[in-house]
Amino acid sequence: MAGSILGHNSIQRRRRLELIVGLIVLAGLCLLPLVVKDVYTQNLIILTILYAGLAQAWNILGGYCGQVSLGHALYFGIGAYVSTMLYVKLGIPPTLGMFAGGLVGGLFALLVGWPCFRLSGHYYAIATVVVGEIGYLLFLNWDFIGGASGINIPFKHESLVELQFRVTKVPWLYLVIAYAGLAWIIAWIIEGSRWGYSWRAVKDDVTAARSLAVRVFPSKMAAAAISGCLTGIGGAIFAQFVGYIDPDSIMSGNLSILIALPAVLGGVGTLWGPLVGSALLIPLKELSSSYLGSSGSGLDLMIYGALIVLIALARPQGLISLLGLFRKPEGAR
Amino acid sequence: MSHLLEVDKVSKTFGGVAANSDISFNVHQGEILGLIGPNGAGKTSLFNSISGEVEPDSGEIRLDGVRISGRGPVVCARLGIARTFQVVRSFDSMTVLENVMVGAFARTNSPGKAMKKAESVLDFAGLSGRVDTPAHLLSPPEKRRLEVARALATEPRILLLDEMLTGLTPTEAQAGVQLIRDVRASGVTIIMVEHVMEVLLPLIDRAVVLHLGKVLTEGLPTEVVRHPDVIRAYLGDRYAAA
Amino acid sequence: MTAELILQTLLSGLLMGLIYALVAAGLSLIFGLMDVVNFAHGELLMVAMFATLVLHNLLGLDPLLLLPIVAVLLFGVGMAIYRLLIARALSVTFNTGMVQIFVTFGLAIFIRGAAQFFFGGEFRSINNSWLANKTVALAGIYIPLPQLAASVVCLLAFALLLAISKTEFGRALEATREDREAVGLIGIDRDRIFAIGWGMGAAAVGVAGVMLANFYYISPQVGANFALIAYVTVALGGFGSLGGALIAGIVIGEVEALSALVLEPSLKQVGMFAIYLAVLMFRPRGLFGRL
Repeated sequence: MAGSILGHNSIQRRRRLELIVGLIVLAGLCLLPLVVKDVYTQNLIILTILYAGLAQAWNILGGYCGQVSLGHALYFGIGAYVSTMLYVKLGIPPTLGMFAGGLVGGLFALLVGWPCFRLSGHYYAIATVVVGEIGYLLFLNWDFIGGASGINIPFKHESLVELQFRVTKVPWLYLVIAYAGLAWIIAWIIEGSRWGYSWRAVKDDVTAARSLAVRVFPSKMAAAAISGCLTGIGGAIFAQFVGYIDPDSIMSGNLSILIALPAVLGGVGTLWGPLVGSALLIPLKELSSSYLGSSGSGLDLMIYGALIVLIALARPQGLISLLGLFRKPEGAR
Repeated sequence: MSHLLEVDKVSKTFGGVAANSDISFNVHQGEILGLIGPNGAGKTSLFNSISGEVEPDSGEIRLDGVRISGRGPVVCARLGIARTFQVVRSFDSMTVLENVMVGAFARTNSPGKAMKKAESVLDFAGLSGRVDTPAHLLSPPEKRRLEVARALATEPRILLLDEMLTGLTPTEAQAGVQLIRDVRASGVTIIMVEHVMEVLLPLIDRAVVLHLGKVLTEGLPTEVVRHPDVIRAYLGDRYAAA
Repeated sequence: MTAELILQTLLSGLLMGLIYALVAAGLSLIFGLMDVVNFAHGELLMVAMFATLVLHNLLGLDPLLLLPIVAVLLFGVGMAIYRLLIARALSVTFNTGMVQIFVTFGLAIFIRGAAQFFFGGEFRSINNSWLANKTVALAGIYIPLPQLAASVVCLLAFALLLAISKTEFGRALEATREDREAVGLIGIDRDRIFAIGWGMGAAAVGVAGVMLANFYYISPQVGANFALIAYVTVALGGFGSLGGALIAGIVIGEVEALSALVLEPSLKQVGMFAIYLAVLMFRPRGLFGRL
């Protein structure tokens, strides 16, 4: 039924609709500073949108191409360290440095992908955990980049080019909106292109994909490069935002999971899943740990863990499926 | 007469068991060739060699005189070999149209062209009413059609059908037979593996009979089924099973 | 570097490796049976260690005597996890692989939080057990008794697992793993087999946990590190292969012990991770994985 109503170019219509909704959401986010004045909430929103961008970056590899990476903290950390080192040691502003970080992040994603993409399923997932852990351990012991004690980014002066803002959080908000917007639009472009179709075919059935002339390995590598690059840029922004980085805060295995989770809970391989997932997960995590105590009781972890289990079981296709608008028409009978 | 596909002394063993040994036959342009034989005769293994999924241990497979064996499924698909699978492999996170577009992208980079191609192929395969349905919601016979449509979207010269009619009701099977005839009429050569002899024999132009990894005989379907070796192979098989 | 030092290192690597092997065996068993990687496996180990601690303090029984109790307890926990969560995760028709990863991962966080909630974050240990702080000396090499006992028990547990795999039930397990659909037809209750498989996997970790509690610190975080090693061990040995888990466990234990000799202590795990990656390059499904 849906097919006959929407006519023959339903895909184009859906994509146009998504773009329009995307612009509306973008405009809505940009207006947020007019409404939200309190710094704590602004902070929370900034983190949420940053994670929406990161989760979208993960989604490009994990969601569209189906390669469940549990080591994305590596690319995040590399992006953060590259941009921070360039800034602290050489004085290169982070507005440039974050792209350098993204580039190196993408290169590392290729470097990791080259051996690991020969592994399938759980073997791949575990290999990425291990690669992430190796990166964490090496950075922890690398004195040149500050080792376990990390690097402090000194505040010099308010500067747009150097991404140093103290007077107000609002510039950060616009920066992360631009970042998440970039990730979103890249995902949107991929979804409609030949790549998007090939990647989803690789995710669903490698053998069938190959029989249709889809080049599996290059598909995975391309997805990894874009995903790693965007994750690296996110890491660079995060480093500048918090002003201090160490391997524990930006390269741990938990962070890898936190990058993947919003996409998984929101809706894997969808445009809106990462945003919806972050909008729920990040505030909940931050609020529960600040109200229930992050170091003490463990209650926040229990809530967080139970929520993951419940959503994954109740909505395996993600929270996004609750919003009928973006659901692909089902059961055309 | 020139041969579109030449299977030339192909052998393949898996874990010491010979799935195919020294198999040779030719496929003519525009025919429907039936590949028959009892279970374990090596039919699917041969399909995998022709479609590039596995590399034969020895021997060669040529399409229009060009070697395709051992060059991988992607090259084979580009050169014009398409296939369906014994156990249906649909892309379940995609709609029917998107499934077929994956195939169409084998020949174009343009999403617009791929979509047009996919739509026309779906129309041909009788699935135009299901274009926007998620693939996982299709009925089994519809999934078989989807696989055929997806394969046709790659604009193949040869289509390999692996037990496409098995497990269908007689009515569904008849509809499937009609689709296969239509595909051949559109100029695509077909090699098919099938168990359901009653349906297969009237459909095919020629049959190659495999038994225990070897070619037992080949010829017209009517001749082949009367061949003493074939009867023995099938009856023997049946006795062994009982 | 003296010969004694090297021998000592090799021995402690072996002793630790056997524990790794048993933890990995539980993980491998579950995976082999139903293609599920339990990301809460380390937390099951932690639960077993805390159970040992609590029962030890409550009943005054030595951990060695608690072994059967905790094993049975963990068997129940494993079955409960299967019935409550995993059975549901497996019945999902969408994103099945991802759902099971994140369900077990969420469970891991939940258990860690619960342990934190009830016991706090500090490190605890059992100091007054029979074996505590005892060593045997053999030709100049000192073997801590708790570690020795742990590895002996782990070997016995392995033997038991192997024996089970030879029984009628073991064949039912094997049949279930070979052909997931067909077993329903020949009268094997797939769901029950899976539940028991989870019970056995958890019980194996439980045994390792009790023995580990004899000499290792106990905290809500203790599972994470062992879990990572268990994944590496299982992936190295090949998912689903018991013998593979045993050999890979020993390899990992030895590599870890030897790298501690040559690398900085904080880098000792890099050695085993690197070996694991190197092996996977040549055998993508591990040393003994079915292809």
